[in-house]
Amino acid sequence: MTGNGSGERLPPALRTEALEQLLTERGLVDPAAVDRLITQYETNVGPLNGAKVVARAWTDPEYRRRLLDDGTAAIGELGFGGLQTECLVVVENTPTTHNVVVCTLCSCYPWAVLGLPPSWYKDPAYRARMVREPRTVLSEMGLDLGDDVRITVRDSSSEVRWMVLPERPAGTEDMSEEQLVPLVTRDAMVGVAKVEAP
Amino acid sequence: MDGGDDVDGIADMGGTAGWGPVHPPRAGEPVFAEPWQGRAFALGLYSIRVAGWNVDAFRHATERLDRSAYLDDGYYGRWLNSTELVLTESAILAPGAIDARARNLRGEHVEEPPIPEPARPGYLPSAEGSLRTVDVPPAFAVGERVRAKDMSPPGHTRLPRYARGHTGVVEVVQPAAVLPDTNAHFLGENPQHVYSVRFDSRELWGATAEPFAVTLDLFESYLEKIP
Repeated sequence: MTGNGSGERLPPALRTEALEQLLTERGLVDPAAVDRLITQYETNVGPLNGAKVVARAWTDPEYRRRLLDDGTAAIGELGFGGLQTECLVVVENTPTTHNVVVCTLCSCYPWAVLGLPPSWYKDPAYRARMVREPRTVLSEMGLDLGDDVRITVRDSSSEVRWMVLPERPAGTEDMSEEQLVPLVTRDAMVGVAKVEAP
Repeated sequence: MDGGDDVDGIADMGGTAGWGPVHPPRAGEPVFAEPWQGRAFALGLYSIRVAGWNVDAFRHATERLDRSAYLDDGYYGRWLNSTELVLTESAILAPGAIDARARNLRGEHVEEPPIPEPARPGYLPSAEGSLRTVDVPPAFAVGERVRAKDMSPPGHTRLPRYARGHTGVVEVVQPAAVLPDTNAHFLGENPQHVYSVRFDSRELWGATAEPFAVTLDLFESYLEKIP
């Protein structure tokens, strides 16, 4: 990718620096705003948000019902929403039904609750194969599902964003909402893993 | 930047072969593995605004990258290359401006192209985001069998190749939204109802497929009634 047909592909770090310089010297972009946006997605908007949603749903049946009924409104109750999460649908995994999320056309992902997507989610192998052989792909990722488990793959082809409400692991019945939060992983909320008891 | 002008290029990956094994998650993966990735991410988001573009047009820019521009530097590499396309097509930057500046940054002395006269599309959204209200009722009902049209539009679309011509069942009527196919080309928002449609794996891939289902969120004009 050179953009000027000269053949040599320059390193992306160098081209990014050039891009930033060209935009900032004309006042089109504020480097401090760039810093703030990076910090936002490195520290504030990540899978911890989704983990809080899941832990609330596990401990509050009324909240769980609202979350499955209208995900966007329910995460809004906890203060979550925004870019790339205008319309969130939450689907529940159970011992017999398993949902897993992908975006075959690009890498759509519910940023407000899970942050920016991890590298494996953006990888062509994941995008190409999850809609073709999900049981095999999940097994390669370390999740072996029984033959009696019905798999539904959610291919995010519109602005609807999908999040999985994982099964609450056995043995956590006495744990509080706060204690449950750190158990909930990003991978479980995409549907490529289960939540393990501590 | 001379990729094909439609979604049937490399971006439409669902069901394609030859990618090898998936990469299992690694614990503690940083959000941005290298500092330039975070900067490219943020600069891309701001550039969409500077250019007067929208998220659909940005996605279409990504779809028009050639294979190398799409793959070689990963997700943020394609993000950076899409951003360059947004900025050159809106004439915020001249073609070659980024590479010329990059060469000068590493000590070469190359002439940089002059700043062009911006050519923003002059196309404003009717509201924030992509959700809209639609006056007409949904054409399809939950539980109805529908077919994804076997269409191959010349520009942007969000109907993946692998679903075209196949039959599924409407599972949910989702909130109506701006149609990416026209919005990406600054030709109007044309909001439509959106349907989560469930397809059986054997309908998509044949009798030997693993048993499972796929749902896609499809705009009303992508679907047709079963006669």
